[in-house]
Amino acid sequence: MASLIISSPHSARPNRVDRVMLQVILALIPGTAAMIWLFGWGVAINMVLATVFAVAAEAAILKLRGRPALPAIRDLSAVVTALLMAIALPPTLPWWLTLLGVVFAIVIAKQLFGGLGYNPFNPAMAGYVFLLVSYPVAMTTWLAPSMLAVHSVSFADSLHMILTGSPPPGLSWDAVSAATPLDEMRTQLSQGQMIEEIRQSPLWGDFGGRGWEWVGNWFLIGGLFLLWRRVITWHIPVSMILGLTVSAGLFWMLDPQAYPFPGFHLFSGGAILGAFFIATDPVSACTTKKGQLIFGASIGVLVFVIRTWGGYPDAVAFAVLLMNMAAPTIDYYTQPRVFGHGRGAG
Amino acid sequence: MQQFQPGTAQRRLWRFHGGVHLPDEKVLSNTTPVTPAPLPRLLTIPLQQHIGVPAKPIVRVGDRVLTGQKIGEPQGYVSAPVHASSSGTVVAIEKRPVPHPSGLSGPCIVVETDGLDEWAELPEPLANYAELDAATLRERVRWAGIVGMGGAAFPTAVKLNPSADQVIRTLVINGVECEPYITCDDLLMRTQAERVVAGIRIIRHLLGVEECLIGIEDNKPEALAAMRRALAASDMQGSTAVVAIPTLYPSGGEKQLIKVLTGREVPTHGIPAQIGILCQNVGTTAAVADAVLAGKPLISRYVTLTGRGFARPKNLEVRIGTSAADLIAHVGGLGRDIRKLVLGGPMMGFTLHSREVPITKAANCLLALTPGESPDPGPALPCIRCGNCAAACPASLLPQQLYWYARAKELNKLQDYNLFDCIECGCCAHVCPSHIPLVQYYRFAKTESWAREQDKRKAEHARARHEAREARLERQERERQAKLRQKKESLDQAPAAKAKTGDAPTDGGEDPRKAAIEAAKQRAAAKKAAMAEQGVAPRNTQDLTPAQQKQVEAAEARRRAAAEPPAENQREES
Repeated sequence: MASLIISSPHSARPNRVDRVMLQVILALIPGTAAMIWLFGWGVAINMVLATVFAVAAEAAILKLRGRPALPAIRDLSAVVTALLMAIALPPTLPWWLTLLGVVFAIVIAKQLFGGLGYNPFNPAMAGYVFLLVSYPVAMTTWLAPSMLAVHSVSFADSLHMILTGSPPPGLSWDAVSAATPLDEMRTQLSQGQMIEEIRQSPLWGDFGGRGWEWVGNWFLIGGLFLLWRRVITWHIPVSMILGLTVSAGLFWMLDPQAYPFPGFHLFSGGAILGAFFIATDPVSACTTKKGQLIFGASIGVLVFVIRTWGGYPDAVAFAVLLMNMAAPTIDYYTQPRVFGHGRGAG
Repeated sequence: MQQFQPGTAQRRLWRFHGGVHLPDEKVLSNTTPVTPAPLPRLLTIPLQQHIGVPAKPIVRVGDRVLTGQKIGEPQGYVSAPVHASSSGTVVAIEKRPVPHPSGLSGPCIVVETDGLDEWAELPEPLANYAELDAATLRERVRWAGIVGMGGAAFPTAVKLNPSADQVIRTLVINGVECEPYITCDDLLMRTQAERVVAGIRIIRHLLGVEECLIGIEDNKPEALAAMRRALAASDMQGSTAVVAIPTLYPSGGEKQLIKVLTGREVPTHGIPAQIGILCQNVGTTAAVADAVLAGKPLISRYVTLTGRGFARPKNLEVRIGTSAADLIAHVGGLGRDIRKLVLGGPMMGFTLHSREVPITKAANCLLALTPGESPDPGPALPCIRCGNCAAACPASLLPQQLYWYARAKELNKLQDYNLFDCIECGCCAHVCPSHIPLVQYYRFAKTESWAREQDKRKAEHARARHEAREARLERQERERQAKLRQKKESLDQAPAAKAKTGDAPTDGGEDPRKAAIEAAKQRAAAKKAAMAEQGVAPRNTQDLTPAQQKQVEAAEARRRAAAEPPAENQREES
């Protein structure tokens, strides 16, 4: 009989890895659109380049490892890594740095640990931190958001900067770039300025940097889509946001002139993107529900700590990588009570 | 206080962790009435249709048997008899393919039916069961060969005999039928609710329970209504409730249903009786009613034939032993595009290797799945640790951790992560985005663990034997040395004494050891004489039955054989 011998269940599986990844990609659309609107086409060019590099790197390393490349590429995980990293990169970053970062992420952080599912660290963040530590100047040169820019940056300008690594003819870096709000806040505070004084500058909007402060909302829309589609659960994003808000709020209440309002922390840098898209990477995060709450809250607190007292203006990547290290231990100590065990039995 | 209203009472319900919502597919097969399947030419009746020891055939090839005649006798306590499902001639007693996940064969009695369906003489109906004691009723249930018809096939008479320290307070009747597609219990409750309720009444009397809860998923409104009607017509309204529970797979698992209805959890490795609860499937309950009220053994059951592979899915009343092929032919065969034929439901059933396998007491569904219903899950992708499995697990396990350790064969770790609390419901594998056959890994790991346990026991036994032998050899050596020493000493002393006294006797007349032995001998003889006087035989076994006598003789023969030194030496040296 031509009947297949497969163990139960025999049901049609409602879920598939590539569909999960595709939904993550779709969820990135609103935030990406906002970034392109603010910082020009460089964001999109970086995304395309990073995707091409990531898929090529994945195929090459799988060939070297003697594994079939096609199923791994089809699962779209390399594309997600590339897109998340590209969003975090400055929109003018020279292409070879993007290549370096992506190759580090895919080859070292992901495949050398065994590929999808085996990587202890979030590959996108590992690649990002690798670049940030190795090329701090290039990695912190950001364009001014469009409403603050003296010169508007065209598609050709973005392409020129990315391909050559130098500003477009007739323009200097100073003319197009500006410090990020987190960077600005940090520099000014370190010079002993009061927050009230700092916020006099036209760089500032209602609570965060002008332009910047709204990017988070668009990523939030994508994040809510992921929640609705049950690609992620609320545990990590909510606990991370709470961790950041509570720790920032506590210090803000102690001294509102030296510590920015928690809303500033939430809607600056990568906090929202991190909460919904980065910390929720299932491979490198905690898997038990209790563990996810600890994991998320710890990232939130670490983001505040590193931003306030650390050496870098933003901290999401560092906080996530630090907690990735702790995830297996947290999981071990937060196992749920099994049915019929302990206090529930009887 | 609020009046307890039968059937309509809004009871508090609990929920278990996880579970999955599945397309229930019940409507495929529950819209047509149940009809009896025709008598097949051959009935293949497996001797083991239950958990426990297989039945022993009590007929011979060539014997004529009648419908309901016992043809297999239970062996041991946890066992069940089997009966001829129709009259005819025994044509074979041999191994035939039986429903088993591995496609094994098992001993079966094959009856060629004569079409007369002539009933054997049946025991008296026990209509007055309310005046009978539990043991009599249990004996009837045991005689009828009733086993759990929800799928586990545990002998019901054994289940109805909880140990003395387990007082059953609540009877839970399982009409949940949570697996998609299957509708045989649904149809049974719709059409035979009175039988089910009659069975419940018997079991309640047998166990002396106060409270009874009948759990039915809320996707079966007709069954709920029928059961409520039948209950209202009975005299049990006051303490029995038909409870609609939310449709969620696997609510029909015994432990899950108990949790939903009572909020209590059966302890790990335990049984419901430990917390004063006993659970029975509705089909089993109806069979108990037949056995007690009509004196009929379990020779048929409702079976669902469904799946889009069947042109006309429906429920049939099937004689135990009818082959799957006969049933398929009866309903008009299968479509051309069948991906697999499954016995049981899509979540926990197993693929049939042969259509010749017979329907057994626990077989509830024959499922013909098309590629659309059961698509090839494709090669498993790497686990992305998404945790969907843990969210779906009704036992609150961490399926992905179990998966890693099962892959690595880390059996100790698997125990730490409570592998044996897995009920193999398939929720984890169903939701896995990587399409990893998780349940298969757990089954493998469980089997490995059992095998290792067994090896360990064997090794332990071998070690104990080895140590005993070493100790014995050492003792023998010590004794030999001591004897030698003594001999030497007495030889040394003798010449010296001779030298002293000249002609003193050297035999042991005054040797203290010999004197002691002599004294002991005398004491024993005296004792023997005293006992003989009182008419007591010097043995510790009296009034033996012939069987015991035989055993004693056999043991003595063994002892004699073992006592022969050459044989023992040979064994030791080998």
